[in-house]
Amino acid sequence: MTTAPVLHLDNIVKTFPGVRALDGVSFSVLPGEVHALMGENGAGKSTLMKVLGGIYQPDGGDIYMGDTKVTMSGPLEAKAMGIVFIHQELSLAEELSVAENIYLGELPRKSFGRVDWATLTAQTNAILKKLNVGFDAKTRVGDLSIANQQMVEIARALTVDAKAVIFDEPTASLTDAEKVVLFDVIADLKADGVGIIYISHRMEEIFKITDRISILRDGQYQGTVVTAETNEEAVTQMMIGRKLDLSRNAAHHDLGAVALEVRGLSCGALYQDVSFEVRRGEVVGFYGLVGAGRTEIAETLFGLRDPSAGQILLDGEEVRLHSPADAIALGISLVPEDRKGQGLILGMNCRDNMTLPQVDDLKAGPFVAEGAEIAIFDQYRDRLDIRTPSWKQRVGNLSGGNQQKIVIGKWLSMHPNVLIVDEPTRGIDVGSKSEIHKLLRELAAQGYAVIVISSEMPEVLHVSDRIVAMYSGRITRTFTSDEVTEDNLIQAISGIKPGHAA
Amino acid sequence: MQQGTLSKALKSGAIWGFIAFELVFFSVAGEFLSLSDKAFMDFDNMLLLLKQSAPIGIIAMGMTIVMVNGNIDLSVGATFAIAAIILLESMTWPIFAALGDWVIPVAWLLALTAGTLLGALNGLIVWKTGVDAFIVTLGSMLGFRGIVFMFNGENPTSHLNWTLVDFAEAEFLGLATASWVLLAVTLVIWFVMSRTVHGRNAYAIGDNREAAVNAGIRVGPHMMINFAIIGFLAALSAVVFYSESGSVNPNDGQLYELWVITAVVLGGTKITGGAGSVIGTFGGVIAIQLLRKGLGHIGADTSTVNLVIGLILIAVLFLDRQLNVKGKEELKV
Repeated sequence: MTTAPVLHLDNIVKTFPGVRALDGVSFSVLPGEVHALMGENGAGKSTLMKVLGGIYQPDGGDIYMGDTKVTMSGPLEAKAMGIVFIHQELSLAEELSVAENIYLGELPRKSFGRVDWATLTAQTNAILKKLNVGFDAKTRVGDLSIANQQMVEIARALTVDAKAVIFDEPTASLTDAEKVVLFDVIADLKADGVGIIYISHRMEEIFKITDRISILRDGQYQGTVVTAETNEEAVTQMMIGRKLDLSRNAAHHDLGAVALEVRGLSCGALYQDVSFEVRRGEVVGFYGLVGAGRTEIAETLFGLRDPSAGQILLDGEEVRLHSPADAIALGISLVPEDRKGQGLILGMNCRDNMTLPQVDDLKAGPFVAEGAEIAIFDQYRDRLDIRTPSWKQRVGNLSGGNQQKIVIGKWLSMHPNVLIVDEPTRGIDVGSKSEIHKLLRELAAQGYAVIVISSEMPEVLHVSDRIVAMYSGRITRTFTSDEVTEDNLIQAISGIKPGHAA
Repeated sequence: MQQGTLSKALKSGAIWGFIAFELVFFSVAGEFLSLSDKAFMDFDNMLLLLKQSAPIGIIAMGMTIVMVNGNIDLSVGATFAIAAIILLESMTWPIFAALGDWVIPVAWLLALTAGTLLGALNGLIVWKTGVDAFIVTLGSMLGFRGIVFMFNGENPTSHLNWTLVDFAEAEFLGLATASWVLLAVTLVIWFVMSRTVHGRNAYAIGDNREAAVNAGIRVGPHMMINFAIIGFLAALSAVVFYSESGSVNPNDGQLYELWVITAVVLGGTKITGGAGSVIGTFGGVIAIQLLRKGLGHIGADTSTVNLVIGLILIAVLFLDRQLNVKGKEELKV
């Protein structure tokens, strides 16, 4: 390791009001290396990439390219220095040709501002030949497959003298055959001495193509490991952390009848053959890495996705759910992952948000019975300890914890049979977190059937009576709270069969 | 908790401030420029203004609820013309000959039903196809206008029923029939939007459609009801106006959609939906009519009026945007 790294980050710090998004992140990318960057959602990967791309300025720390210290004041400068991004979301002009997209903003010109088509086509075809793709400079980008569009992005990267290329979830929408082509291109780049940062949640790929892995958790650098010397379990553990609050929940109260049963439920490629049951008085936690299919199951149970196979039974009777209205009518409620985008009408006041699903039942003649609404709001404000000066307050002005309580109150006031809570404490401060955990336990004690989906292991361990572990769209194991340990849970969500790992 | 209060107050009060400014400006400017020696702020003149506001104003109430819901309706002018033709033409149909003056309510009913159905048709298409309301109603604007021309070519459709004219020109407590209808429609739509479940859900859908769906609200029927309401109101506007005039040209109602949208936007309704009020729209309607009348009062011609209203609309939206941007920046701190 005598070669100087193409890119070296030294103790990068970036803070936002109230959050330390990056807290002393350091790692190096060597020339000709594929370096994986891993971490759960919110670990700081995207913030770090925005710092590298010149979109954010770091509050502390230095970036070196080769031996020189650099500052990136904007995306164009980052590109000029040879840092190139291949984004998950492609940013291509579909109506334009491949050549125009590759040289967008830098089209070769002739006199009077005319485009020099001959040069443009020749240059583009030279790059495309290097990538060994089956289309030419004049193809309309909109006619290409997603994989080929990605190749156009990569070709664009090659027009500058790229020193470091960053791939952000590049395989998210690729087929297996297309992945092979992508990996070939990455291998070529590597052979040319380019340093590659590869961001992905997919362990298989990471272990197949990367040389080293750096891991972030909660904005902190957890270390860099050599891929060949580690395994999936160890990496997962670094991503999730072991500093666990071990206050487990044990199932103390009596369980009631089965409220919800799911048999062999599948939804295309999202998840397959999922079966489980939830009893009244029970909290069932769903745990797995991002993309394991947990949220998609919740969406199916709430009528937002039609399953491709399988059955959903409510109190022993099969139900079909085609819309949230169907689900709500049957007493299934969802506190969604994206509180602001999916759960709340931010421009409306607290009371109107809380009574939104049942306002039709609160009528006095043709008009809304506002008195009844205020009574409901007051009742759940007191019960959930929602801190707001008045029901008239716009929900958009509340803190995350209070917003979440409004969403929970919205459903509790309708006395549901099954309450599904997706990421109950995402973006919520520590104090409100423990309140919400306590609340979820209380709800189970009162006889609700509760499903909690969470990416935080301490949370799942703390609130759940049973834990369903998922990996890549399948349930790998279901634990009772007595059986579960951090180790076997990590194994289950890394796709490792029990006894198989060392 | 404080953020946005200022910009909110400015926004809700702005239209009334603008109206006050117009009144003062035209009164003063009128002293120097006006050809007539009548004062601009003459009481009768203001009553006339309210009456003249009615055709646009009645439709604007419907447009408010449609836009708060996150849609738009460009076909109102053509619906207006169709309803007018049905109103005047049906009174001459032989099958109604025996009814005498009882043909009047029958003709009203036919015109209003036609407007409601055309509106509902728009809504149904938007709901079932998922095509943007702008495109759907652009199509129906052209289509409905085509029907108007198919009916009688370039010729006007005329029928004068003096009982009807007497009714339309009647005054009660000093206000003309058209003014009463405008006030009644404003009141009813205000109740619908602020006091009923339908109004509540319309706001919710316009603000965050996904969250509204997740609250179990069935979005489609609400949208369709709103399109039916605006269709009904476009027809009601025609009923009020043509009961008095008795003659409709095939081009009548053209550009109404744009005047209506201008009034609604001036009144503070967000083009993207989720925010807006009937009272603001009422202010917007009055402000536009004042501007037209006022500019006429100081001797400007129609083309000047259009130019000035266009400029004011852009200036208002720019101001609104600046205020909103400021509000958001304060939020970040």
